[in-house]
Amino acid sequence: MSRVVTLKINDQDVSGREDETILELARENGIFVPTLCHLEGLSDIGACRLCLIEIKGVPKLMPACVVRAQEGMEVYTESERLKKYRRMVIELLFVEGNHVCSVCVSNGHCELQYLAQKLGVDHIRLEYRSPKREVDASHERFVLDHNRCILCTRCVRVCGEVEGAHTWDLLGRGIQSRVITDLNQPWGDAESCTSCGKCVQVCPTGALTAKGKAVGEMTKHQGFLTTLALMRENDR
Amino acid sequence: MTRTRLATVWLDGCSGCHMSFLDIDEQLLVLADQIELVYSPLVDRKDFPEDVDVTLIEGAVSSEEDLEKIRRIRERTHILISLGDCAVTGNVPSLRNSIGAEPVLRRAYLDPTLLNPQIPNQVIPRLLPLVRPVHSVVKVDIYVPGCPPSANTILYVLTELLAGRTPDLNGKTRFGA
Ligand code: SF4
Ligand code: SF4
Ligand code: FES
Repeated sequence: MSRVVTLKINDQDVSGREDETILELARENGIFVPTLCHLEGLSDIGACRLCLIEIKGVPKLMPACVVRAQEGMEVYTESERLKKYRRMVIELLFVEGNHVCSVCVSNGHCELQYLAQKLGVDHIRLEYRSPKREVDASHERFVLDHNRCILCTRCVRVCGEVEGAHTWDLLGRGIQSRVITDLNQPWGDAESCTSCGKCVQVCPTGALTAKGKAVGEMTKHQGFLTTLALMRENDR
Repeated sequence: MTRTRLATVWLDGCSGCHMSFLDIDEQLLVLADQIELVYSPLVDRKDFPEDVDVTLIEGAVSSEEDLEKIRRIRERTHILISLGDCAVTGNVPSLRNSIGAEPVLRRAYLDPTLLNPQIPNQVIPRLLPLVRPVHSVVKVDIYVPGCPPSANTILYVLTELLAGRTPDLNGKTRFGA
């Protein structure tokens, strides 16, 4: 049994278990923290940096999704500094790939697009990189559009941790990074893929979609993840 | 009462933002009492006038002509508004940025089924190598994303400006809206 700790988020007293993350605690208490790589039911990797928070006495900003609650902590989620960095993260994601929301299958159902609006990003101050990126439509039912991939690795984790197939992986470093299937083969040739579609459902953007969708038609359903996680917990 | 001098400009866009503007319908009559439309694709006037209070820009900056125009417009406008995703992000016109202008011209003008295929080198403005959002070439004062922004959003922006306020678009529109 883990200990109960008491701490403050935005000067509000909250309590939780010491094995809980700040993000979990914030959400339990109705406090908004933006996230992209985090998804309930998957492991956390602290990759996107959208969930950054301030902790009193800690000079660095910390990702709420991987920092655990500690007794007496004083956490802040809404400073001007944080807003500045969140905005910057969103802008960097938009210039890194090619996002043309008006003609995207995920238009209106995309987490990146939603957060841009929510965080007040009404234009991008940086120059667009406009990289040349591929679309892999070799799978019978799904499409991977690298132009819209933000490298959150939700697909990698859901495939490895929940489906147990581990079809997805990351290749390359820095700006060259991209997701691959099996040994960097076309998705349609990836033998380990069970075509379950979990990756498509958890992908926050229009990078992974079902075939045959027109602009704005791709809606995603992630409820299965929490259900599966709960069932596994009950099995233990 | 002096009327607000309003201009609307159509750069590289599909005119959808102008259509959405017209969709304000009967409210246009209310606006008409407070504004003077000094320049627009809807008005027969060649040169962009001096001393314009508010200019709505639809479209991205794609050609040498767009670039020249937008610089002159900026000099002569007090409040410059990027209206719609093409002006704000480059949007659909900027899809060519990852392959360059050449393939686009070749596809459009060098189709072998055309009688006399040739890429025009006069009259039609030369394309810039990259399609740019308006704010990457001149200073923009207000951003109104959307493809197109809804009639209500445009009405809200103009109503606020006419009342001497800065429109707060938080939550009202977004990229791709
Ligand atoms: S993935 Fe999201 S942000 Fe990217 S183009 Fe599609 S809707 Fe826009
Ligand atoms: S394909 Fe989708 S889920 Fe996978 S890393 Fe890219 S954005 Fe994330
Ligand atoms: S959600 Fe915490 S770093 Fe991405």
